[in-house]
Amino acid sequence: MTLSIVYSAFLLASIGIVAAVILYVVSKKFYVYENPLIGEVDDILPAANCGGCGSPGCKAFAEKLVNTEDISELFCPVGGNDVMKQVAGLLGKEVTEKDPTVAVLLCQGSCEVRPKTTIYQGPRSCAISSLVYGGETDCQYGCLGDGDCVDVCDFDAMYMNEETGLPEIITDKCTSCGACVKACPRDIIEMRPRNKRDLKIFVGCLNEDKGGIAKRACSVACIGCSKCEEICPKDAVVMTDTLAYIDPDLCTLCRKCVEVCPTHSIIETNFPPKKVKKPKEKKSKVTPVVKEEAPVAASIEKPVVKENVELNVEVKPEKPATNA
Amino acid sequence: MLKTFPKGGIHPAENKITSSKAIQRMPVPKVVYVPIAQHIGIPSEIIVDRKDKVEMGQVIAKSGGFVSSNIHTPVAGTVTKLDMIVDSSGYKKQCIVIRTDQKNESNFEVKEYPLLQEITMSSEGILKRVLDHGIVGLGGATFPSHVKLNVKESQHIDCLIINGVECEPYLTADHRLMLEKADEIIVGVQILLKALHIDKAVIGIENNKKDAIKVLKQACLHDPRIKVAALKVKYPQGSEKQLIKSILNREVPKGGLPLDVGVIVHNVGTIFAIYQAIQYDIPLMERVVTITGKKLDHPANFWVKIGTPIKDLVEEVGGIPEGTRKIVNGGPMMGKAIKNTDVPVTKGTSGILIISESEASRQESKNCIRCSNCVFVCPMGLEPHLLMNLSEKGFYERAESEDIMTCIECGSCSFVCPSHRPLLDYIRFGKDIVKKLQTAKN
Amino acid sequence: MVKTLLKNYKQLKIDMADEKIIISASPHVHSDRTSKRIMYDVLIALTPAFLVSLYLFGISALIMTSVAVISCIVFEYLIQKYVLKTTITVSDGSALLTGILLAFNLPSTLPLWMVIIGSLVAIGIAKMSFGGLGFNIFNPALVGRVFLLISFPVQMTSWPLPVVNNTSLVDAVSGETTLGIIKEGLMYGETMSTLADKIPTIMELFLGVTSGSAGEMSGLALIIGGIYLLIRKVITYHIPVTILATMAVMTGIFWFVDPQHYANPLIHLLSGGAILGAFYMATDLVTSPMTKKGMVIFSIGIAVITVVIRLFGAYPEGISFAIIIMNAFVPMIDTYFKPKRFGSKIKAKFV
Repeated sequence: MTLSIVYSAFLLASIGIVAAVILYVVSKKFYVYENPLIGEVDDILPAANCGGCGSPGCKAFAEKLVNTEDISELFCPVGGNDVMKQVAGLLGKEVTEKDPTVAVLLCQGSCEVRPKTTIYQGPRSCAISSLVYGGETDCQYGCLGDGDCVDVCDFDAMYMNEETGLPEIITDKCTSCGACVKACPRDIIEMRPRNKRDLKIFVGCLNEDKGGIAKRACSVACIGCSKCEEICPKDAVVMTDTLAYIDPDLCTLCRKCVEVCPTHSIIETNFPPKKVKKPKEKKSKVTPVVKEEAPVAASIEKPVVKENVELNVEVKPEKPATNA
Repeated sequence: MLKTFPKGGIHPAENKITSSKAIQRMPVPKVVYVPIAQHIGIPSEIIVDRKDKVEMGQVIAKSGGFVSSNIHTPVAGTVTKLDMIVDSSGYKKQCIVIRTDQKNESNFEVKEYPLLQEITMSSEGILKRVLDHGIVGLGGATFPSHVKLNVKESQHIDCLIINGVECEPYLTADHRLMLEKADEIIVGVQILLKALHIDKAVIGIENNKKDAIKVLKQACLHDPRIKVAALKVKYPQGSEKQLIKSILNREVPKGGLPLDVGVIVHNVGTIFAIYQAIQYDIPLMERVVTITGKKLDHPANFWVKIGTPIKDLVEEVGGIPEGTRKIVNGGPMMGKAIKNTDVPVTKGTSGILIISESEASRQESKNCIRCSNCVFVCPMGLEPHLLMNLSEKGFYERAESEDIMTCIECGSCSFVCPSHRPLLDYIRFGKDIVKKLQTAKN
Repeated sequence: MVKTLLKNYKQLKIDMADEKIIISASPHVHSDRTSKRIMYDVLIALTPAFLVSLYLFGISALIMTSVAVISCIVFEYLIQKYVLKTTITVSDGSALLTGILLAFNLPSTLPLWMVIIGSLVAIGIAKMSFGGLGFNIFNPALVGRVFLLISFPVQMTSWPLPVVNNTSLVDAVSGETTLGIIKEGLMYGETMSTLADKIPTIMELFLGVTSGSAGEMSGLALIIGGIYLLIRKVITYHIPVTILATMAVMTGIFWFVDPQHYANPLIHLLSGGAILGAFYMATDLVTSPMTKKGMVIFSIGIAVITVVIRLFGAYPEGISFAIIIMNAFVPMIDTYFKPKRFGSKIKAKFV
């Protein structure tokens, strides 16, 4: 009995040893030399494997960085400037600094302002429904609401808002990898510069129809009236015949265009509400009486004397305006 | 035994409600909207301006290249504007808007064109006339006809096939045309035989149009070069490749054209337009359109001028019925659903179909149960369930190697799928991506 | 794109009060084939066999079939609701069908707790763990049956005698199936002529007055159902005809060479689960190949393996194993046996 156990143990042990020897010999004979720098660069990279750099995965990008002479054109949007500086330091090459960006949806045609005139039946994918026809509403340039961008985001930075029917971008999680920009068949998502407090001003419309037709399809459409172009002090507004576009490199976020837009097509995000102008002390004592009578919500709707209350059409849910 | 193609095919309900209604003439519309992109290929270039006065038959948009076509105005009047109008693709396209001059006599007189059998024009003259008069394939594909007839020296053709099949349910435009203008169609075939220097022509007609078969057989008795072939009723018998296989038993090679097997195929409507162009110098300005639907008061066939809004057609037959949920430009298998009746009639509009509630809505789609019905009905021998899966999951190279580009988009697979899966939607999407990848590689 | 898989099966529910125009891609009509109709057709086709089993085995067949069906449906519901947490698809009828086919493959006196275990294996392991309807590789009813056969060999091979027991629930007398008698007999040195009076006649086999699993008895009833399925175009003739023809040819060759040691091909075709397997189990839509060429290869494989097991293997009946083995080859068959593409051979025939 014990002899058979000894025999079995011996047999298994010898099989194990033979296998180990074979594996050792093979690993030495078929060894593939890899530049150890590639492994080190790969450790620095954020391991998101999103493809935002243009390479299929972080390891491939690491290879590219090590093997190319001039890496000033290469950039990892997830890691950002910090990671690129570290990589440059490790490899002894130069990198250019790029300003951080964030994805922005250039359409605010939600269900309430852009009514649906037809019903679409078919697969709920933007790439497919854009091939069939112009969309369920009368604006053929706007967001279809089927969520290809939300599906393609690897970082959970986008979600579909069921009430408005538009996708929303969580700025903190967005890494500017560019997947949503590629996924949108109508090129509605754009990369715009990001600043610390996430202040943005942009025209939330891409409608190229004439003013009357655009307004009938969507009540917050850009009608091409050019008022924003006239008032902009930095010439940051680029006008085609029927559509305005704010160049983010020239815009200084002064908000003058937001006030003059007649259809509230220009959106500002995360700005504090405008300060109330109080010309004289006396009148400020009178106005509190008027204010106390009107409820807080109504004070936004009914413009009270001397209060410059703006209709902040924000993409994010509105914070209660606390006017001084 | 009636001839037919051996692989695949379905038998949808025919519903040819308008097959006994003679073609009437639509009243001249007040405004016409003529799109510049009515054909396959490069859109035409506009050569008129706002406030120009135009005569009936004048060229208002010139051909934009080789694979393109001239466009002529169907009415005499004034150009009011060059506008963007939603057409049957669902997107806004450039259109020339012309207001009919109500005082101009030429708009309202109904001319008689007696049968003219003698063909005096030379073959070069015929080909030039086809090019100048904006003739495109009127079967629905709108391929410029002069390109199809442009046979190079090295290509050898021996047969002209005329497509009188009209396999789509509900449509009867070609059927009525064959019944009413049979002699003119035969002269048109003779014109093309002269232009192409060949001496064999076969007219293919489905067996559910027995009266048309009889009339055409009678009309071509005097010409031994032309024959009529009765074909089994099966969809998609009217597809070019399937038609050539049925009549001549030749298979167009994968990725090839009918010219590769020595055949040219034309629709009967195109043949009639060629007859009118050669014998009477009339450019393509009007066509036969069927307007039909189960709930319509008086479904009918009409001669309609290009650019007439569909609204006018619908009013002529008694208005949009209650409970209409879908309006289709074309037949129910390959037509495009449109948003409203402001869309204009173009050279490719063969019919308007009004569908009511119960039939209009799609059912919920479920998992594939691998019943292989789609494989059995595909006339091109493809596997639609596999192509849908590959397109959905992004395996575009594999889809290309599974021959997704040979799909003729006939819709037979989606028609039979018991789980109501949107097979054709995904295959179209896959074809779009594969085409983009192919052009990027080149 | 993978995430859109789950979303894309949502169709917008049309609010019938909403009068808007509908737009969709072509085609705008649909045939009246639905998967529910296919399920009902198969159920109707199985009815003659079910009636025969009621006549032969009585109440116990009815109880066993009901238990199998109910447990399959309940297990599918529970798994979809609590384990996988996906949409409940019990109403499409596939669980019902699996239950009936499983019951038809079991002896009618099997203890009911074993039937329930068989249902759990069939639905839970063979169907749900692969992803539900349309994703399973192996025929669920057969997986359940084979599992029970290997786990409880004694109970699974105690066959009640026909007709004698049809009014009582007590499993009094039990007998052997035809193939079982032949196999044992041949193993112990008997020849076909000495066995001739122990096995039922051809007519008895055809009508079904013999022992065996609940559903595989009557060749006549099963063939009637099979013809119904062919007429309704639920299945094509390729699989059943090829299986039966190949089995007949193979057993015919052996019988022709040595009629004393090999049974008559007709006996082989009419006994065991050959006809049930050929018409209902091998033709299961999900697990069979999708092209006609593939179906023929598949059927030849099943027939060869079945005959080999019957003639040379340890088990008297082998079609369940054969079908499951060939099911594993189906993805490969689908990849290599593609339908002929239109225009793939360049023919330049000129008149």
